[in-house]
Amino acid sequence: MTARPTARTPAGTEPEPATSPVRPARGVRTARRLLLVVAAAALLGASVAGAITIGPADIRVGDVWSVVAAHLGWGSTDVSPIRDGIVWELRLPRTLLAAVCGAGLAVCGAVMQSLLRNPLADPFVLGVSSGASTGAVVVVVLGIGGGAVSLPAGAFVGALLSFALVLLLSHSLGGSTDRVVLSGVAAMQLFSALTSFVVMTAADAETTRGVLFWLLGSLGGAGWTDVWACLAVLVVALAVCLGYARTLDAFAFGQDAAAALGVSVARTRLVLLCVTALLTAALVASAGAIGFVGLVLPHAARALVGPGHARLLPVAALAGAVFLVWVDTLARTVLDPQEVPVGVVTSLIGVPAFVLVLYRTRRAG
Amino acid sequence: MTATTDARGNQGLRAERVSRTADGRLVLDGVDLAPAPGSTVGLLGPNGSGKSTLLRLLAGVLAPASGVVTLDGDPLAGLNRRDVARRIAVVEQQADTQVELTVLDVVRLGRVPHRRAWTPASAHDERAVQEALERTGLTDRARQSWHTLSGGERQRVQIARALAQEPRELLLDEPTNHLDIQHQLELLNLVTDLPVTTVIALHDLNLAALYCDELVVLRAGRVVARGEPREVLTEELIAEVYGVRATVTCPEGRPHVRYLGTLS
Repeated sequence: MTARPTARTPAGTEPEPATSPVRPARGVRTARRLLLVVAAAALLGASVAGAITIGPADIRVGDVWSVVAAHLGWGSTDVSPIRDGIVWELRLPRTLLAAVCGAGLAVCGAVMQSLLRNPLADPFVLGVSSGASTGAVVVVVLGIGGGAVSLPAGAFVGALLSFALVLLLSHSLGGSTDRVVLSGVAAMQLFSALTSFVVMTAADAETTRGVLFWLLGSLGGAGWTDVWACLAVLVVALAVCLGYARTLDAFAFGQDAAAALGVSVARTRLVLLCVTALLTAALVASAGAIGFVGLVLPHAARALVGPGHARLLPVAALAGAVFLVWVDTLARTVLDPQEVPVGVVTSLIGVPAFVLVLYRTRRAG
Repeated sequence: MTATTDARGNQGLRAERVSRTADGRLVLDGVDLAPAPGSTVGLLGPNGSGKSTLLRLLAGVLAPASGVVTLDGDPLAGLNRRDVARRIAVVEQQADTQVELTVLDVVRLGRVPHRRAWTPASAHDERAVQEALERTGLTDRARQSWHTLSGGERQRVQIARALAQEPRELLLDEPTNHLDIQHQLELLNLVTDLPVTTVIALHDLNLAALYCDELVVLRAGRVVARGEPREVLTEELIAEVYGVRATVTCPEGRPHVRYLGTLS
């Protein structure tokens, strides 16, 4: 107790009053923050490792560590090649993609909700997911691109085209935030109709099933390429959004208040809409439209750590990652050997959780 | 005529012949404003006379269609928005949010223009927030939720937020609307005691007379009178601008308006 950081305040600077109702001393804060980061990383690591052990093949946490260590070149493993394959080729990339998607969707949701001042905004409100689904069915069902273009590539292009349409539309309507939401809803309807049209008129039963599975969100086809691509986009997007953390805080009282606090509203909105749309497009291209994570997890994170974005964004990312890791584990095991699309499970779990969060905040308010 | 430069020779915030149209209608028509540093200037005029628009031009949130707003001689349009927000703070008529914020969260927003991306708050940021809370008597309520505050308390929090910006110019748009008389007086006492240049749009002529050093009266986007309260607030002006009959007395050097009825 004698080595409290407050005792080391350098001479000549004002020590913070011990009774300050506002904040503990800087050293304590840094230590606490570091502890939180370590705890968060441990929680995520344990979730990923734990989730991998669950499933038809009997795999222990020790096996997971030894396989990962062996592939990273830290010694050899005595795990059988089949199990090695299950861990390294199937469950690890799938679980990691779940974590990346969960984190990314939650961050997008948190940013969109603050930026558009709409608690119902989610990563798909910009029409990104519906554009992606149209792009995907156009490639898969109509065979455009002659097989050279994969489903994810088609989805990515579709997502960006739809987002461009939303930006153009909202800009020509005056560019206010409610116009952005309305344009997104319009694009969502348009592209959903297009998707249904293409599937109904051109697809056979087998293709329809495959496309439907992807549309509902599925991590089943995850490979290492997906993991790295999505992780790279997530890291960049999260860094940019964290750079805008104070700016997002300033939107709490609306655009005019933000502008009066020195925020260039138009530029901020353009940058953050583009970043979140890109991230969503990358995630949807790999895993389909997994609903509800982006809508609900930011609210849960706010209930945990409050509305300040410097803390909210990392916590939302962590919560989303842990949530989707476990939900996907449930999705692939609950009806074993049948697999349920993860998007279906997120909604089935998400809706009651959402109601609970709303109920709690209503009582708190 | 009051001095229009401070001790360092800075001119502060000035509007020169600013005009602004909205939907093809002229809402401000060649208005000049040069508040003396440290003074409190009251903007008067009926609804739609251009008070809010003038304040938004002064804050740099809107750009004038013609004319120029300058800060220490530099056109506002050419300055970085963040630099402007470090000098000029704005308190709106009624601010609200759906976000679950505490008093402290709101006051900390005042530090947004001072902070850099990716870096935590500095000791100076924290001190500015503390001082703003103390000055507005909100230190003990820092943890209280915004949504549990009354209208008067919310305005006090917004003023604390504006103070945390450490501005030299403070712009307030009818901040006493929706407040009961005690809170109106408290708020105006607080604002006029601050060591900053204040431009404040007000509805209540008697409050304006009590608290402002200079009054500027707008009608249909033009300045129809300006000067010390007792020069400006005359029975003739009130009849002309508001269409209201009134008697004006001048106890203790400050005019007092008693309304008698409408003219028509």
